[in-house]
Amino acid sequence: MTSFNRRDFLKASSAVGALTLAGCATTPRKPIARVVVIGGGFGGATAAKYIRLWAPQIEVVLVERNPAFVSCPLSNLVLGGTKTIEQLTTGYDALGSRYGVKVVRDVAVAVDPDKRQVRLARGDALDYDRLIVSPGIDFLYDQIPGLATEEAQSRVLHAWKAGLQTVALRKQLEAIPDGGVYALHIPKAPYRCPPGPYERAAQVAFYFKQHKPRSKVLVLDSNEDIVSKKGLFTKAWAERYPGIVEYHPNSELIDVDARTLTAKLVGGDVRADVLNVVPPQRAGDIAKQAGLITANDRWCGVDWLTTESLAVKGIHVLGDATLSAPGMPKSGFMANNQAKLAADAVIALITGRPVNPHPIIANTCYSFVSDTDVVHVASVHKYDPEKKTLVAVEGAGGLSSAANELEGRYAQTWARNIWADALQ
Amino acid sequence: MYRLPRSLGSTLLAGALLAGGTANAADDPQVRAWAATCAACHGTDGHSVGGMPPIAGEPHDRLYQRLLAFKNGTRPATVMHQHAKGYTDEELERLATYFSRQRP
Repeated sequence: MTSFNRRDFLKASSAVGALTLAGCATTPRKPIARVVVIGGGFGGATAAKYIRLWAPQIEVVLVERNPAFVSCPLSNLVLGGTKTIEQLTTGYDALGSRYGVKVVRDVAVAVDPDKRQVRLARGDALDYDRLIVSPGIDFLYDQIPGLATEEAQSRVLHAWKAGLQTVALRKQLEAIPDGGVYALHIPKAPYRCPPGPYERAAQVAFYFKQHKPRSKVLVLDSNEDIVSKKGLFTKAWAERYPGIVEYHPNSELIDVDARTLTAKLVGGDVRADVLNVVPPQRAGDIAKQAGLITANDRWCGVDWLTTESLAVKGIHVLGDATLSAPGMPKSGFMANNQAKLAADAVIALITGRPVNPHPIIANTCYSFVSDTDVVHVASVHKYDPEKKTLVAVEGAGGLSSAANELEGRYAQTWARNIWADALQ
Repeated sequence: MYRLPRSLGSTLLAGALLAGGTANAADDPQVRAWAATCAACHGTDGHSVGGMPPIAGEPHDRLYQRLLAFKNGTRPATVMHQHAKGYTDEELERLATYFSRQRP
């Protein structure tokens, strides 16, 4: 990995300043603008890095509450037992040391778009010229009364934000007796990571098959059918984990009894030894506070040419928090790509050059159906000036023909590369 | 305003001098933004941290012909054929130019 080197940059600037880089030699000392980024996930970290990479004359401040980044992609392998959470963790140091991003460990609690200011839980307020909000998701626990208390939430985990919850769910699975039942409840789409729940079912089944072969994985899906890679998951479950995975569509959740680990569904009650409920979701809290939510009280509408909010000027929104364009999944890959679109647009808007009228972004979601074998879904998205949104290109994208080991190796490599692309 | 932070002065000079009828890929924020989507798998500016086929600094013709072969289905792939089909030949050519001009 090469890195931005200020000495090289200054050398380059002085050598060709007259040709193309007039004035740049002085700009690192005096920024032309400040961009504040809220949230250091796949979207926010990538946006922060790329703005500095492409326009070091712009100051970038990244506000992140966690001490390190923990990847949701590959976190189901922690449940399967073939990865540790440490292997999915990357620090924020390189964003500062290599790219000059100012990383502030704090929580953004309010945005004042008139004053162009972000208020923090602990530190001084931050002024911005442009703000990028990449807050991920928060959960709509108000729709599940039985999960209102912290105690209930600690018994019935989501593990839909990788980290402590992932490790805790793995411990619950380790404690399950052979012959026990793991039940996973899936909310109605859209939710973060469409194939994620089905991959999780395969990973828990992978663990059960080796260590607790009489145990069951019950997939309780609010949706009427498997939301992503249906044929590939159905085949993987049937061929690799027969008698372990059971799929139940139209399993809308009414409530949860956290004490007895019971999911109360429209079709009746299901009791489990480990109950894992992925609650319905909306854009993260700060997006709600800042008035960025425009759709169904849940998601933030943006102009996909720039990712600027449809509700508040000067604020861009990225990743899972956005009202996805048609055919666009809520994925880390997508957030990483949206971040580059946003970085380019933010630089254009600050420096006064035209915004790219023809952005192209792409997505590949890999899912592990065992410790080694993987299936993917891919898509390419181009801006359609008539529809004024990004649309999936017809004839492009698609699925794996079957689960295979080669894509397993690519998925591992993809993960290392995208973590580095966002954070190193 | 654009900049190629990793480029040395000589690269920029060469790029500036080479720029003829078409814009230098390295000077073009549009292709730079398109190319950045590739980085999610292939590493920032095509500098893979390992395991992915290298693309930074590969010869232009090799990259372009490979992308066309993915697009036309003549080169077997797991996923690249599905990505390449999303781009026009001209877009693929500009991406090949961009990556060929990155330091290997």
